[in-house]
Amino acid sequence: MKIAVLVKQTFDTEAKIILDVNGKISSSGVSLIMNPYDEFAVEEGLRIKEKEGGEVTVISVGGQQAQDALRQALAMGADKAVLVDQGEAELDEYATATILAKAISDLEYDLILGGFRAIDDGSAQVAGRVAEILNIPVVNVVTGLEIEGGKAVATRETESGSEVLEVPLPAVITAQKGLNEPRYPSMKGIMKAKKKPMDKKTLADLGLDDGKISAKVKALSFSLPEPRKAGKVIPGEAAEAARELARLLREEAKVI
Amino acid sequence: MAHWLFTEEHELVRKTVRNWVEKEIKPYVEEWENAGEFPRELFARAGELGFLGLTYPEEYGGSGEDYLAGAVFFEEMARCGSAGVAAGLGASMAIAGPQIYKFGSEELKNRFLPPTISGKKIGALAITEPNAGSDVASIQTTARNMGDHYLVNGSKIFITNGVRADYVVTAVKTDPAAGHKGISLLVIEKGTPGFTVAKKLDKLGWNTSDTGELVFEDCRVPGENLVGRENMGFYYIMQNFAWERLVMALEAVASAQLAIDVAAEYARQRVQFGRPLSKFQVTRHKLADMASLVETARCLTYHALSLYVSGRDAVTEVAMAKLYACEIANRVTDEAVQIHGGYGYMMEYPVQRFWRDARIGTIGGGTSDIMKQVIAGRLIK
Repeated sequence: MKIAVLVKQTFDTEAKIILDVNGKISSSGVSLIMNPYDEFAVEEGLRIKEKEGGEVTVISVGGQQAQDALRQALAMGADKAVLVDQGEAELDEYATATILAKAISDLEYDLILGGFRAIDDGSAQVAGRVAEILNIPVVNVVTGLEIEGGKAVATRETESGSEVLEVPLPAVITAQKGLNEPRYPSMKGIMKAKKKPMDKKTLADLGLDDGKISAKVKALSFSLPEPRKAGKVIPGEAAEAARELARLLREEAKVI
Repeated sequence: MAHWLFTEEHELVRKTVRNWVEKEIKPYVEEWENAGEFPRELFARAGELGFLGLTYPEEYGGSGEDYLAGAVFFEEMARCGSAGVAAGLGASMAIAGPQIYKFGSEELKNRFLPPTISGKKIGALAITEPNAGSDVASIQTTARNMGDHYLVNGSKIFITNGVRADYVVTAVKTDPAAGHKGISLLVIEKGTPGFTVAKKLDKLGWNTSDTGELVFEDCRVPGENLVGRENMGFYYIMQNFAWERLVMALEAVASAQLAIDVAAEYARQRVQFGRPLSKFQVTRHKLADMASLVETARCLTYHALSLYVSGRDAVTEVAMAKLYACEIANRVTDEAVQIHGGYGYMMEYPVQRFWRDARIGTIGGGTSDIMKQVIAGRLIK
């Protein structure tokens, strides 16, 4: 079983988001992590490999710092990594998916895994677009996965329950929280991660250029949420305070 | 930003340990503090994840003899806010184990290192006695060589992991007349007739680690349990002190940093005279002083660590790092309590624990006074 896992390096969930002088999100001093949903995907890939045999390749688009996420996946047990550096190109979901699909089509694959969304932009589009470009089925937000006889049987949560879907391989499956509990990278794995192959490519290596991936969506501006206003304490006797609270909820907050 | 001393691999070790501390240690710290120890299973868990093997080669189950990775492990462990947890794991991994690894026979290494590294066995190092602290050469526990075994008599005190250790690397006098030249190390296993734990000791801090008083009465220890050569124990102990002291300095820096982080957060939230404490110059300057002390200690400790890992003579710098880092950890945690005011004195807030836990730093692993002796000894020939 040849498994490809799509991985993105994102801001740490604890990171404080600030805007720089140009109004763009500032990444200086922010610690980066592997997108947690992609971590579920890596773990699932490793479990399938351990059961069925095969090979796990992790793939990412990004600069030097995206290597950390790939190395983490290698330390967890993935066999090799592919990193595509997009250079100066501005990326949107279309561009990223085009690059990933091109990189994957150079590999042999039976199954493609990824997080259902990244915690930074949260667009939840890239894996689905990759499936579309490669012309293979996709099952999203999966919390249970079985591979048997050239098919994937995936369980996904729906609003009112869950559904079980069967798709022929190759297919794209995206991970939702609950699919598994990702392992910690092993210490031996960390020390050996650098010895595992990491194939670094440029857009030109993939036969792409800025024109072929030019973003279709451009972010016009970013703004931070309004800081939370201080709460209000209503003094006085309980009964009277409750009356006052009800009045404020009705007349000021207009919620009752 | 990562310090130049550490590689990409070390930063991944850091991230992994941090994640583990966050998920599997921090939520339980209060419970373990109240219980007076962390669960024994934590050794096995730390072993399973490879943390206890960071400073040991693969042939015994480690991941390579990487002291920088070990340093990262102890720095991150300190972030759990209960110094006893690292003290317990460290007493086995960084204090008892190295004596066997560096000086023991192949047979001893094969018997004790794999289970120490996997966390299936807990080790302790027993040197201190009721009448012998800083003056190591004056220990009174004796071991008579009876041919195929030793007969051990005496007692040990303040032994970290002493209560539940599976084996205790014990400093004994094999030649009572020879002072420091008459000391040997014996590995004494739990259950050896004549070896008992007199009691678990109550402490000011480090409450998640168990500390024991051990008694040996005509305890028969097999001759093959001798570490290295007879009467060389003092030199073996002194050699591993460098690593133990570095670990203590690293933990002191990390704990003091934690105290600053907690105090700064408290200062942002606590309002007096209509403003958060963090808006008052007095608090800001206090925090700036604390941060400068910690940064100085960190630089000195990293410098000593870099000398140590490069194999150069690091005795003076390690003593300086241990001295300085542990002294300022007392000051910084004390100031952190001060910033918390009355709440700082309450058991409900963890800052009091940082202060209590820090206090051992200038006493254990060689007191500050002994560190000064070491430094002065190098300075004044």
